[in-house]
Amino acid sequence: MKEILLAGYKWLLLGLLLMGGFPGLAQIDSAWSRIATDTSQNKVVQDAIYNRPFIQLGKTTTAVGGYLEGNTNYFVTDGISEGYSMELRRFNIFLYSTIARRIKFLSELEFEHGTKEIGLETAQLDFEINPAFNLRMGILVVPIGAFNQNHDSPKWEFIERPLVTTNLIPSTLSEVGFGIHGKVYAPQKVFTYDVYLVNGLQDGLILNAEGRTSLPAGKDPSMFGQDNNGRPMLSAKLAFRHRKLGEVGISYYGGAYNAYKIDGMPVTSKKNLALYALDFNTTLGRAVVNGEFAHARLQLPPALGPAFGNRQTGGYLEVVYTVLQKTLLDYPKTALNANLRIEMVDYNVGRLSETGTRRHDDIRAIVPGLSIRPSANTVIRANYRYHWTRDLLGNPPARTGGFQVGFASYF
Amino acid sequence: MDKTRLLAMALSLGLFLAVVACESLFPDNIEPEKLLGEPILELTPEQQQSHAKGDTEFGRVFGVVDGLGPIFVSTSCESCHIGDGKGHPSTSLTRFNRQDGLDFDPMISVGASQLQHRAITGYTPETLPTDIKGSTRLTPPAVGGLGYLAAVSDADILAMADPHDLNGDGISGVPNYFPAPDFFEPEKFHLPDAAGRYIGRFGKKAGAIDLLQQVANAYLLDMGITSEFLRTDLYNEQLGNHTGDNIPDPEVPGSVVRNVVLYMRTLKVPPRRNARQPEVLAGEQLFIQLGCAKCHVPTLKTGLSDIAALSIQTFHPYTDLLLHDMGPALDDNYTEGSARTSEWRTAPLWGLGLAAEAQGRQVFYLHDGRARTLPEAIQYHGGEAANSRIKFTALPTPNQKELLSFLQSL
Ligand code: HEC
Ligand code: HEC
Repeated sequence: MKEILLAGYKWLLLGLLLMGGFPGLAQIDSAWSRIATDTSQNKVVQDAIYNRPFIQLGKTTTAVGGYLEGNTNYFVTDGISEGYSMELRRFNIFLYSTIARRIKFLSELEFEHGTKEIGLETAQLDFEINPAFNLRMGILVVPIGAFNQNHDSPKWEFIERPLVTTNLIPSTLSEVGFGIHGKVYAPQKVFTYDVYLVNGLQDGLILNAEGRTSLPAGKDPSMFGQDNNGRPMLSAKLAFRHRKLGEVGISYYGGAYNAYKIDGMPVTSKKNLALYALDFNTTLGRAVVNGEFAHARLQLPPALGPAFGNRQTGGYLEVVYTVLQKTLLDYPKTALNANLRIEMVDYNVGRLSETGTRRHDDIRAIVPGLSIRPSANTVIRANYRYHWTRDLLGNPPARTGGFQVGFASYF
Repeated sequence: MDKTRLLAMALSLGLFLAVVACESLFPDNIEPEKLLGEPILELTPEQQQSHAKGDTEFGRVFGVVDGLGPIFVSTSCESCHIGDGKGHPSTSLTRFNRQDGLDFDPMISVGASQLQHRAITGYTPETLPTDIKGSTRLTPPAVGGLGYLAAVSDADILAMADPHDLNGDGISGVPNYFPAPDFFEPEKFHLPDAAGRYIGRFGKKAGAIDLLQQVANAYLLDMGITSEFLRTDLYNEQLGNHTGDNIPDPEVPGSVVRNVVLYMRTLKVPPRRNARQPEVLAGEQLFIQLGCAKCHVPTLKTGLSDIAALSIQTFHPYTDLLLHDMGPALDDNYTEGSARTSEWRTAPLWGLGLAAEAQGRQVFYLHDGRARTLPEAIQYHGGEAANSRIKFTALPTPNQKELLSFLQSL
C-alpha cells in the first residue's frame, strides 16, 4: 500500500512540475510554435538526436523538447513476487538552438526515477563545415551500436531497453570528447561516419559492486572532469543506409581503461577494452526489424578470479509488426503494433580453468508485447517478459516472468 | 483484417505461447525438496528480519571502493557459497603449512597460511611460499543447517570421541582444540581443555570454534575486509605492513557480521528426497552395516539455544564433528590446530544429493572436490575408514546401488 501511495505522490509531483515549470505548455502560448517531426519515421541513426519534436521559443533560435516515460511492473521470480510497483523512469528535457548558420547546440538533462538521479546527458556543439565534415565537441552520446544514439523511449515499443544496450553497452553512454562526423549521399543511399576521442570508462569495470566485469560500472561522473589515465578512448562508427533495404552500422569503442599511473609513476601495466557492435534496422512490409549485437574484450589484471570475464557478448532482435492503422478517437493514424523481442547477454564468455567447463553468468529473455501509437510521438505499450538468469557455474536458472504496462511520450 | 495479417498475428501468438507454455507465465516455486537457502520455519519476526539482513550481506559484493583486498580470494560470500550450496573447485581456498605434523603454524605474522592469490590493481597476488611442507585446496561447503551444528554441546561431541580406540573398531575420532580468539563469546556448553583451548567444529579441519569466528575470518581472510572483530588488514609482504587500501577500518561494523552469523545459524537443514523409498531404506541399513555411520553419525541433538527454534532439537547431519585419520590418499601434508595432516573432520553428508544443483550440474566431492562420483569418494576413504571402504567394495552391485540411492536422498 505504501508503495502505491508513494508512487501516486511521485506522479502528482511530476504533474505539478510539468505545469509549473512549463506554463507555456499548460496555457498554449501562441508565440511558441511546434516544430513537427515524425519521430517514428526512418532516418539515419546518426541524426536520431536531432530527430525529435521541439517547440520553438518565440522568435528566438532556441527550441525545447523532452520526453516522459513511466510504467508499472509485476514480476515473479521462482514463485516469489515483490508485488506491483510503478516507476517514473525518465523525464528528460532537451534544449536545442541554432547559434549561427552552421553552429548547432544541443543539450539534454535527464531526471531518472523522479529526482533520484539527475544527469547531463548531452551538451554538445556541432560546427558544420559541409555535410560530409562536421566538428562536434562537448558531452556527446557515443556512437556505439545504434540504440545508444537513438535511445529516446518514445521511439521504442518495449518498456525495457534491450539488455545488450544496458548491461553490456552501458547506455546511455555519454562522455566528454570531440571529433568529427559526416554524411555522404548517393542516389538511394547514405553513408555516415563518426570518429571521436572521449575520456572513456575507468577501473570500475572490474572489482566493482557487480562482482563481474561490467561496462556500466566503468562509468563515473568524475570522467566528465578529467580522464583517469590521460589516454582517451576512441569511438568510431560507419553506417550505410539504403532507402529500401534499411541501415546497417558497425562501430568500435575502446582504449585503456585503467589508471595505470599514479602521479606519473606507472603502478601497473596498461589494460585495454575493445567493444565492437553491429546494428541494423529494416522494414519488411508492415514489419520493422531492429537488431544489435555487441562483443567486448578486455585485458584484465592477472588472477582476478573466474567471476571476472575477459569477454562478453550479447544481442537482441526485435520485430514490430503494425497490425492495423486507423482513426481512433481523434487521432487519424493510430497504429496498433504486435511486437516480439528476443535477447541475451553472456557476461562471461570462456571456460573455468580448474574444470575446463563453460563459464555461464548469462541472461536470456523473450518479450512479446503490444503497443498503440495515437500519434508518432506517443506510445502506450504493454509487454510480457520472461527471463532466465544463470549463475557462473550454470546451475538451474532463476526464472522471472511478469507484465509491464507503460507509456512514453515526447512533449 | 486480411488473411496475411491474421496469419502473422496467429504466428506470433503461437510462438509466444509455445515458448511460455512449457513453463507457466509466472514461474513456479522451486520444489521445496530442492530448496536451499531458506530460513528455518519457526523464527520470530525479529529473527526473520536479522536473517534477511544477513542474507543481503552474504550476497554483498565488495569492490575496491568498499575496502576489498588489497590481496584477497573472492569478492562476496555468495560468490563462493553459490546458492548456499556445495562449492566448486573454481572458488576454492588454498591453504599451506610450514611445519610438519602437530606444530601447526598459522603464519599470521606473514599474512596467514591462506593463499591470497588475487589482488586489486597495483598489487601482486600471492604465490605459494617455497618454505612450506604441504598445501591443500578446500572447496566451499554447503552452509545449510549450520546453526544446529553450532548448538551441539561440547559434552556430546566428546562423548562420540574415542581417541584411543577403546572399543577397538578401528575408528577413533578426536576433537581439534584451538586457542580462542579474543572476541570469542563462550556458551555454557563450551568446555575448554586444560590449556584453555576450545573444540573447533567448522571448516574441513574443524578449524573454527563457532560461527562468529568462522564468519569474521571469512571477511578478513577470504575478502580482505576488516570488521569490528578483526580490525587489521592482513600483513602484506609486498608492503611490509598491514595497510594497503585507503578505506578506514573496520570496513564492516560488528552488526553486519552478527547479522551474517544469524543468517548462517538460521538456514534450514537441507531437505531430503525419496526418504521412504524401499531402495533408499535398504541403503540406509547398509550405511550402518558398513560402519559409515560410526563417523557420519546420523542423528545429533542440540542443547539449549538462545534461538528457540534451535533449542533441544534432534537433526540428521551425518557427521560427528570429529577428526579422523583418512589415510595417505587424503593426506595433503596440511594441518590446522592439533589435527594431524591425514586427519579431516567427518564431512556432513546432508544435502549430498543436491550438490549438482549448486556445483554447476556436476559434482565435486571431498575436501578439494577431487572425487567426481560417490563411489570414487568412498574409494578415497583410507585410514580409520579403510574397513568401510573394503566392505563397500565387496558389496554386490545391487547393494552398492542401494547405498548410493540412500546417499543421493540426503
Ligand atoms: C573464496 C571463497 C569463499 C568466500 C569468499 C567465503 N567462503 Fe566460506 N568457506 C569457503 C571454504 C573453502 C570453506 C571451507 C573452509 C575450511 O574448511 O576451513 C568455507 C567455510 C565456511 C563456513 C563453515 C562451513 C562448515 O560447514 O564448516 C562458513 C559458515 C562460511 N564459510 C561462511 C562464509 C561467510 C559468511 C562468508 C562471507 C563473509 C564466506 N564464507 C566467504 C570459501 C569461501
Ligand atoms: C573414519 C570415519 C569415516 C568413515 C567410517 C566413513 N567416512 Fe566418509 N568421510 C569421512 C571424512 C573425514 C570425510 C571428508 C574427507 C575429505 O573431505 O577429504 C568423508 C567424506 C565422505 C564423502 C564426501 C562428502 C563430501 O561432501 O564431499 C562421502 C560421500 C562419504 N564420506 C561417504 C561415506 C560412506 C558411504 C561411508 C561408508 C562406506 C563412509 N563415508 C565412511 C569419514 C568417514
